[in-house]
Amino acid sequence: MSHSYLSPTGVEIAFVLIGLVTVGSALLVVTIQNLVHAALWLVVSLGSIAGEYLLLGAELVAWVQILIYVGAVVVLILFGLVLTKAPIGPTTELDVKHKLPAAMVAAGAIGVLVTVLVDAYRNVWLDPHAAIAQGTAAANGAALFRYWVLPFETLSVLLLAALVGAIVISRRGRGPGASEWSTAVEPRTVPQPAQPGAALVASAASTSNAGADQGAEADD
Amino acid sequence: MHAVYPLLLGALLFAIGLYGVLARRNAITILMAIELLLNAVTVNLIAFGSLIRDQYNVGQVFTLFVITIAAAETGLGLAIVLMIYRQRGTASVDEQRALAEPLRGPADDAGGASAELAEAGSAANGAGAVR
Repeated sequence: MSHSYLSPTGVEIAFVLIGLVTVGSALLVVTIQNLVHAALWLVVSLGSIAGEYLLLGAELVAWVQILIYVGAVVVLILFGLVLTKAPIGPTTELDVKHKLPAAMVAAGAIGVLVTVLVDAYRNVWLDPHAAIAQGTAAANGAALFRYWVLPFETLSVLLLAALVGAIVISRRGRGPGASEWSTAVEPRTVPQPAQPGAALVASAASTSNAGADQGAEADD
Repeated sequence: MHAVYPLLLGALLFAIGLYGVLARRNAITILMAIELLLNAVTVNLIAFGSLIRDQYNVGQVFTLFVITIAAAETGLGLAIVLMIYRQRGTASVDEQRALAEPLRGPADDAGGASAELAEAGSAANGAGAVR
């Protein structure tokens, strides 16, 4: 198969079109004034990157991308926006003095990377059709558990540590009258709302629970 | 497919994420820009995996690893942002100046540092009073 710049294949056309969606939505993520809209444009950007993975022959990674990023990470970010009471509507988020230097750094990165990459990979073609066999769940699972078992298990320990760390960090501090374990085992301490009223409600609930427990003991 | 297309996409995403990290002020939008940076890296990994197609399937396996680490990083980052918001009442990174260098040089160190500390203390007191 002869390669040519002037007769792009269908895969290349689709890649460029989805790439335009990706880059455009990524630009909106970093430039839009409304924070919640930025998180929603992040969904579009990450989802279209999953489409690019499919076009590159990486099927399992595309679905993992949709599951983890669009399904979990963006939801976490939206939770974070809600819990920190991010302003709804346009903000003055980007009215900063260092906007121009940031744009200059980004332009410099684009210039250097594009120059180097185009110069280095001008005559390189990849074959997504041949990569399809390596992108299936069977091939990925075989490679993962035949050659990458130790990093895989290390990552599971890392995930456990991150989970425990996130719970410990975001746990509400020990208030007066609340023991360490009663706050730790409450299921709602993980996505704890940072509302001023919620603390009162939670402390009132814990004290009422304590009162109920004492009452039960007194009945005994 | 020409190898430059996915590599250019990765470069553009990286630059956009870089701009977001540098220009945004809300800590959570900075986390979003970091996600864009990580996705630029994974696009490159998938492209080179599709180019090399080795026995170990390095590109795609490492992409799975990066996605896992990104999920852990987002969880921990959001927990830290939530803690900072609870303690100080803001999630904006340019108001976290308790450990900052003095703005006008070492000569202004004493006055500036005490003013900053007083400001941070009043902000913390305000958050505590609201709670």
